[in-house]
Amino acid sequence: MGVEGIGARVVRKEDKRFITGKGRYVDDIKLTGMTYAHFIRSPHAHAKVRKIDSSAALKMPGVVAVLTGQQIVDDKVGNLICGWAITSKDGSPMKMGAWPAMAPETVRFVGQAVAVVIAESKNLARDAAEAVVVDYEELPAVADVHAAIKSGAPQLHPEAPGNQVYDWVIGDEGAVNAAFAKAANVVKLDVTNNRLAPNAMEPRAAIADYDAAEEHFTLYTTSQNPHVARLVLSAFYNIAPEHKLRVIAPDVGGGFGSKIFIYPEEMVALWASKKVGRPVKWTGDRTEAFLTDAHGRDHVTHAEMAFDANNKITGFKVKTYANFGAYMSLFSSSVPTYLYATLLSGQYNIPAIHAEVIGVYTNTTPVDAYRGAGRPEASYLIERLMETAARQLKVDPAELRRSNFITQFPHQTPVIMAYDTGDFNASLDAAMKAIDYAGFPARKAKAKADGKLRGIGVSCYIEACGIAPSKAVGSLGAGVGLWESAEVRVNPVGTIEILTGSHSHGQGHETTFCQLVAERLGVPISQVSIVHGDTDKVQFGMGTYGSRSAAVGLTAILKAMEKMESKAKKIAAHALEASEADIVIENGEFKVTGTDKAIALPMVALAAYTAHNLPDGMEPGLKESAFYDPTNFTFPAGTYICELEVDSGTGKTSFVNFVAADDFGRLINPMIVEGQVHGGLVQGIGQALLEHAIYDANGQPVTASFMDYAMPRADDVPSFNLSHTTTLCPGNPLGIKGCGEAGAIGASAAVINAITDAIGKNNLEMPATPDRVWRTIHAA
Amino acid sequence: MSTVKLTVNGKAVAVDVEDRTLLVQLLRDHLNLTGTHVGCDTSQCGACVVHMDGKAVKSCTMLAGQADGSTITTIEGIAKGDELHPMQAAFRDNHGLQCGYCTPGMIMSAIDIVHRHGGQLDEATVRSELEGNICRCTGYHNIVKAVLDAAGRMKVSQAAE
Repeated sequence: MGVEGIGARVVRKEDKRFITGKGRYVDDIKLTGMTYAHFIRSPHAHAKVRKIDSSAALKMPGVVAVLTGQQIVDDKVGNLICGWAITSKDGSPMKMGAWPAMAPETVRFVGQAVAVVIAESKNLARDAAEAVVVDYEELPAVADVHAAIKSGAPQLHPEAPGNQVYDWVIGDEGAVNAAFAKAANVVKLDVTNNRLAPNAMEPRAAIADYDAAEEHFTLYTTSQNPHVARLVLSAFYNIAPEHKLRVIAPDVGGGFGSKIFIYPEEMVALWASKKVGRPVKWTGDRTEAFLTDAHGRDHVTHAEMAFDANNKITGFKVKTYANFGAYMSLFSSSVPTYLYATLLSGQYNIPAIHAEVIGVYTNTTPVDAYRGAGRPEASYLIERLMETAARQLKVDPAELRRSNFITQFPHQTPVIMAYDTGDFNASLDAAMKAIDYAGFPARKAKAKADGKLRGIGVSCYIEACGIAPSKAVGSLGAGVGLWESAEVRVNPVGTIEILTGSHSHGQGHETTFCQLVAERLGVPISQVSIVHGDTDKVQFGMGTYGSRSAAVGLTAILKAMEKMESKAKKIAAHALEASEADIVIENGEFKVTGTDKAIALPMVALAAYTAHNLPDGMEPGLKESAFYDPTNFTFPAGTYICELEVDSGTGKTSFVNFVAADDFGRLINPMIVEGQVHGGLVQGIGQALLEHAIYDANGQPVTASFMDYAMPRADDVPSFNLSHTTTLCPGNPLGIKGCGEAGAIGASAAVINAITDAIGKNNLEMPATPDRVWRTIHAA
Repeated sequence: MSTVKLTVNGKAVAVDVEDRTLLVQLLRDHLNLTGTHVGCDTSQCGACVVHMDGKAVKSCTMLAGQADGSTITTIEGIAKGDELHPMQAAFRDNHGLQCGYCTPGMIMSAIDIVHRHGGQLDEATVRSELEGNICRCTGYHNIVKAVLDAAGRMKVSQAAE
């Protein structure tokens, strides 16, 4: 490892612009002649749109246009799609309700757009929106999954009788029933996984610019995956063919999944830009983010686990209702199925698993992938159940887990996944040591003497990341391949540009991706730049989500580097009159091994571009590209242990210690990896203690601002004690597993296990607010 | 419309704005100082924090007219040329930022926190004082480290001045 190579704690290259206020986010961009969009959104959860009267608004100063849902349908802009086809157990396809970008006839959640005002300024657009009169006919609405599937419930879509999207199953039900028939003990648990709002700090925004002469669109957008946006806008939404649409995702202020999806606002901005003949900018406010950014989680689950007389798990059955909201968002269908139920084996050797997932429409904001996406729901369920089992079976929760760990790899679970490697004992041991697990009873006793309720909670998570092998996901219904692409350009002066389809919106790719180049070539990272986020610059890409950028995106860069290095070695060997096999790359030089003969990279690059003296038949230039398609998912895993105290008088939770021991395979930049874990842990703790996107029974959102939705603040959370255990991922040449989601996947169960340990009552739903904890403590 | 006169990052400016214009809109839309961000509209997240007459204020929650005659410092105005403010350097060195969106407000709040508390900062105080700044990326761990680190650096640099 060099000072800037793989494994080095390199300070981030991108930081200078962010700490000096020179970041360039979408809302920072101004185009000549730009107009501003303000959406008119439904205040009702379910209603018919009878009439939209924009006559008064159109007379107001600075108003350019008022455009409606009927117009966008008339112009044949496509309905929003869901890109992963799921088949119900009866063989029928999932039931898709039509989702136009603005509603022409029926609104199905509060915040759904029915029209848009385009004006000379943001304030004028907002003023005019007040003057647009929309005549709604209110319809009965339903927000809760159980209420939605009852007979007589309000129906959202004619395509989906009973509000059911699908009824999907996985696993061998017969084997599970046989296991339960022979079980020595059965442990049961009902769990709600609370709905969350992702809340990236930068609200979504879009600027669309139509060039009539070229019939070409440019879209600046807050996207985690600009190439996917271009593909979907072209192939499905009928906006423009791909070669006539450039998508730019500049600096993006956090995503956490919510900026994967192509939203109605981008579609409308593009369409409106052509209609009004001027650039159109839309910047969401925070309430629009709460109303329209895809939410996360929202499962209601009943699960049962069978144990034999030796406390070995013999069977696991799960029934989950997943609330999808009013429409099926882009990847929503895959979240409670292939990203959730396929992880139900956790870290444990479970011979038989069966899961049934019922997807349900409700009059709420659509739900899709949010940091972890299905895997936090799986991990929370399993780890709450293991804790419940330990209490019921009266065994130590850490030891119950240990005795059921998978220890042989590869391991085929009964739910599709084949775990390639891991060492679950190592991470459990590391976490137990870090928190002094053995010393906990004494600490608890001392806390009790001081009048405090102290608890400890373990969570052993596993996730499937490095998303994903295209062939495998294609066989499961995905509409896209999940490879990544890269290009390595060595310029004639020897500086290097890496073009990647991954997108950095906080992850630090502009540093970590350079570290690979520094490692292989021995050049300083100042000589390397990373180009991303622009479909006109970067060839192709699938973007950043599912902890895939290092395991998939960086591997694509490695493949392109290998091709470039191979060519460069040929050029160097030719120049040095040596054998290609004798050339090694060190400190930015191509050396003939065992001699003092060497040629520096800039000279090799220059030779490649002058092309005066290249080996016979060699093309000029030093630029190579590669696509990389992973062979398997990767399986980051680890143990989180949380120790906390609960004030029985107020129900308030205070952290004492929080330790994390993760196995992410090889780390490129441990400083950045730790930052990813910190952030994920706080999102997991936020879910456990604070966050909940709440609707009333009529579908009115109760939490639509930071005044109402409790975001974790600095004084709500502790500092963390992190460590790493390492088994290298055999599935990619760098041995990387991915680290972006682990914290959010593993943390919430550790917190709830600790609180329930502290208060001595097992049933406690998230978020464990002081009010809820107090009521649980004092319930009869 | 009114003319608002103020000093921003050491430069005297006079800007004609609608009366309802917020200070953050004046900075971003009229002066093109886009380092100050808007994250919530309800005075909760602190992405918009700037200094007015040396004190941290949320620029999304005051009218531009209320800042008439004042001296405003934004994130663009705290480095001395190429020399970063110690708080900026501490955020970089401690990996106190990821997506960068909350960062300008965090840094401006943090400088104010150090000024108000001098050398008396500890982790609990920093966490309590950061209550009005929300970060979704870092989990605050490295932000807290950065602020404590910068508090030491700022004492040293003040002593040197």
